[in-house]
Amino acid sequence: MSAETTPAVSDVSLYDVDNPAPLIEAPRKRTKKTPKSTRTNFELYGWLFMRLSGIVLVVLVLGHLLIQLVLDGGVSKVGFAFVAGRWASPFWQAWDLIMLWLAMLHGANGLRTVINDYAERDNTRFWLKMLLYTATVFTVLLGTLVIFTFDPNIR
Amino acid sequence: MATPTLEKAGTAAQDASPYITVTFRIRRFNPEVSAEATWQDFEVEIDPKERVLDGLHKIKWDLDGTLTFRRSCAHGICGSDAMRINGRNRLACKTLIKDINPAKPITVEPIKGLTVLKDLVVDMEPFFQAYRDVMPFLITKGNEPTRERLQSAEDRERFDDTTKCILCAACTSSCPVFWNDGQYFGPAAIVNAHRFIFDSRDEAGEQRLEILNDKDGVWRCRTTFNCTDACPRGIEVTKAIQEVKRALITRRF
Repeated sequence: MSAETTPAVSDVSLYDVDNPAPLIEAPRKRTKKTPKSTRTNFELYGWLFMRLSGIVLVVLVLGHLLIQLVLDGGVSKVGFAFVAGRWASPFWQAWDLIMLWLAMLHGANGLRTVINDYAERDNTRFWLKMLLYTATVFTVLLGTLVIFTFDPNIR
Repeated sequence: MATPTLEKAGTAAQDASPYITVTFRIRRFNPEVSAEATWQDFEVEIDPKERVLDGLHKIKWDLDGTLTFRRSCAHGICGSDAMRINGRNRLACKTLIKDINPAKPITVEPIKGLTVLKDLVVDMEPFFQAYRDVMPFLITKGNEPTRERLQSAEDRERFDDTTKCILCAACTSSCPVFWNDGQYFGPAAIVNAHRFIFDSRDEAGEQRLEILNDKDGVWRCRTTFNCTDACPRGIEVTKAIQEVKRALITRRF
């Protein structure tokens, strides 16, 4: 009546009643390595930040794309002179600065949760997050520096 | 039965047997034999109006007594027999054969994310650990009243949905976040916290919210709705989790 779909594993003699196969450790078992509960609101603020920055970014990014790619001749108009002209106004400086910070932090926080969800080993998780934070800090600082120190007369 | 109508229709009705042959493809694991789990097929004569649990019983009682699975009440109340049937978490005792296409083999696996002990039996301890962590019992201050603690119908309605939980682990073991990181409390623990957080008689809602505010608490929920789809009791699990999140946010601001 019964038929094996997968052939029986050949190492039958390897395990018996007194020597069963090792079980995989249960995920939520309390061990000494289990991290203590955190008692901070970091995750709450992170979650809230994603929602709020997302709403603001919809306006900022769509406006940015519209100005850069659609209005007034499309992408062909974008050049050094165009950027220099825009950054002469504090309004566009602020726009780009806010967009840079929000987009980078929003993306970094999103990737942080992706890494937390998908990285299987603690070491992998740690190093992926370090890489992410380094890249985020570098990009944010570099972008901020450029926006504030931009010199339209550069050669 | 000897009812006249049946006897009259007699021969034709009795010739057409209700039984069909159904293939059960079951994930077998026995640590005393092998470290690997394997699929094994069983062919069972069964009435399509019967349940998957009846099929498992037929296999265990007539074909292979070593088949191991949990079941207690067999009527969808005890929550013992949650398993992955045709790739979805269901209670074997609430799943009719005719509802899951008996023409193809019916796959039966243990629920995911928990350690398999044997065949369809998993170690539920991490699941109940998370459950105990949210303190699923009434906590009050002051003297005990001499009468019962009264509650209005509206106050009772507030958490009615989450009182239906039978702790079968179908939701928690369908959650992709739990699969990968079992430190997450999981939907079932949050549902049972919700049941007391929104109970007007309970006074430890604040403590429970604080526990679920942890980094492995409600904020790890990705609202994939797997839990709501899996719940055999029809609890709106994701909605309950979102209500806990909202309570945390409104408490702060």
